[in-house]
Amino acid sequence: MFESKTGIFLVAGLGFFALAFLVMGLLPWLIYRGEPILTVDDMVQKGIVPEFVELAERFPKQFAQYFGKPDEKSFAAAIRRGHQLYVGEACWHCHSQQVRPVSNETLRWGPVSHAREYQNELQMPVLFGTRRVGPDLAREAGRRTNDWHIAHFFKPRAVAPLSVMPEYTWFFDANGVPNRDGMALITYMQWLGSWLDHYPYYQGEGPAGPGPAEKVNMRGI
Amino acid sequence: MASQAHAVPASESHEIRGLVDTRIVAFYLVTGLIFLLISMLAGFLFSMQFLQHYPLKGIALFSPGKWRLIHTNGVAYGFIANIFLGMMHWAIPRMTLRPVFDKRLSWFIYVAWQAIVLATVVGLLAGQAQALEWGETPIWVDPVAQLGLILVAINFLPPIIRAPGPMYVTNWYFIAALVWTPLVYAMGSFIPQYFFAGAPAGAIGGMFIHDLVGLFVTPLGWGMMYYSVPILLKKPVWSHGLSLIGFWGLAFFYPLTGIHHFLFSPIPMFLQYGAVISTIAIEFVVTTVIINFFMTLRGSGDMLRSNIPIRWYYVGMVNYFITCLQCSFQTTLTFQKIIHFTDWVVGHAHLVMFGVFGFWLIGFVVQILPRACGKAGWYSNSINEWVFWLTSSSMAVMFVDLMIAGLVQGYQWRDLAPWEASLKASTPFWLVRTVAGTAMIVAQFMFAYNIVKTLAAKPVAAGAAARPAAGGAQPGLAPA
Repeated sequence: MFESKTGIFLVAGLGFFALAFLVMGLLPWLIYRGEPILTVDDMVQKGIVPEFVELAERFPKQFAQYFGKPDEKSFAAAIRRGHQLYVGEACWHCHSQQVRPVSNETLRWGPVSHAREYQNELQMPVLFGTRRVGPDLAREAGRRTNDWHIAHFFKPRAVAPLSVMPEYTWFFDANGVPNRDGMALITYMQWLGSWLDHYPYYQGEGPAGPGPAEKVNMRGI
Repeated sequence: MASQAHAVPASESHEIRGLVDTRIVAFYLVTGLIFLLISMLAGFLFSMQFLQHYPLKGIALFSPGKWRLIHTNGVAYGFIANIFLGMMHWAIPRMTLRPVFDKRLSWFIYVAWQAIVLATVVGLLAGQAQALEWGETPIWVDPVAQLGLILVAINFLPPIIRAPGPMYVTNWYFIAALVWTPLVYAMGSFIPQYFFAGAPAGAIGGMFIHDLVGLFVTPLGWGMMYYSVPILLKKPVWSHGLSLIGFWGLAFFYPLTGIHHFLFSPIPMFLQYGAVISTIAIEFVVTTVIINFFMTLRGSGDMLRSNIPIRWYYVGMVNYFITCLQCSFQTTLTFQKIIHFTDWVVGHAHLVMFGVFGFWLIGFVVQILPRACGKAGWYSNSINEWVFWLTSSSMAVMFVDLMIAGLVQGYQWRDLAPWEASLKASTPFWLVRTVAGTAMIVAQFMFAYNIVKTLAAKPVAAGAAARPAAGGAQPGLAPA
């Protein structure tokens, strides 16, 4: 078997791969299959974040043109587009969306990430992240104002003098007002973590140790 | 090796009998190197962002993040895949004494694969990346790439299956890789996009990243070592038993390791432990393979000095041992607390993909390209020496630099230093990284110059193409 064509083809090629897939891939799916995969439309039922309404009030003309009224439908559209940009611009290669229970991350960012938070269509594939050049964004909602994000996306060093983030000037119109993509990305930022019962968390205010899982109530409307 | 020794007739007639399509080999090798240059320039561009001197800022098409994607995907699908395809076109007909399934299919695959890589680049620039690390190939390219990988298996498996008698080690790895690669691609590209969300999608994503290394690049890489090293050293591999342990150990443990990319994540903890244990087990398997190859080298150590491909191969193996040893530590929860999300991992990835497989592939090009093009030898062996020393020394600098940077970042984060403190502390390391990377790029351009000059030389007569000078000497498969 160890040197035969069928042995290598069937056992090493197909067999061991299938074994690993069953144990390491299918098993976690079986464990979590009771948790439904929510759509963005399900999730926005919990409410619109105040920052989205604030964008509509601050830039009424542009907002109306891009999104219409700030309701659940336009909120969902903005989140979807923001997520698309977050993936397309590879934001997720310098920012994680995963608070770990170690390395004082709960003190810096807030409660530990819970499996339920990822059971939705915007985590297909999941955006745990791989590198933190900039901070984690899983608890970003409400931590900073829209103004801060507008300045930061346009010229990160204006608000964070040592930042190495690129200047995303193409998310703004000629007058320096965020365009549709800019507003969508800011909305996405202000939404990340807004599903928690309590937010925002600031450094030093988070619960010490692993976060309470029961607080993560994705379906609470 | 010994088992095939008598079955293989004198080597040089293979090309004459039209078994090996040397033209497609040359096309793959040169195309792969062009993609290497593009990918490296993309990496250089991205690294300049960290130094606040990004040369093309404010242009959406040159968004640094997008060029980071081109860097990693270009290396995987443009550089590594292309040269491996050329390598298999060279090695499989020689080992099996049979042509590939269909030579027209070979050329179709060649053209289709370049179209797939270019479509990926265009898609990434258009912001259509898929959120799967190292598989950011846009979702509309995925089915085409999947089909391409299946065609590759259809083209290369028949000669291996049809050849009578026992198989040589290389072909164990090739069969396995040709089965695994389409499976890995299908699993990673489709399941977390359309079926699984969240933590289970993370488990699949982790497996995809690691299987792409472990079940596509690694088996083809080791298959290539088992093919090339005995030829250049003119002796069989030291221990057949260790070859068996190496292959079956890799086949069993490697697919189980993927979840180690997401430790302390919401993926069930017992599976994280399982992935950690498998990863450490791999290190033992790797040690047996390394012992096997260094015992093979014993008595021929002088070849490291005189033969450039052998030097690329063995330095790559040393890097392989270092990177696997590092991995067996960094995969533990103790190390993960500090080094996860830091530049340590970036250094590790570069040492594996460039310091090991990049070195091996460059070594293969040095060994084969002049022969595949019917040239007497390299235009300049001293340029090849420079390429080796510049590349390998700057690789070592980059690796150590990023490893230390990762520790600095990790401890600062744990100690709750302001975020910007970690940026300030990282800047010198990022500068060294860019300088080391620049040296690597310069070396590859020197290599490109050497190739252009070599290809411009007059071809030798068909019969005399057999014995090129230093670096290219390869007496075919049969030990004398």
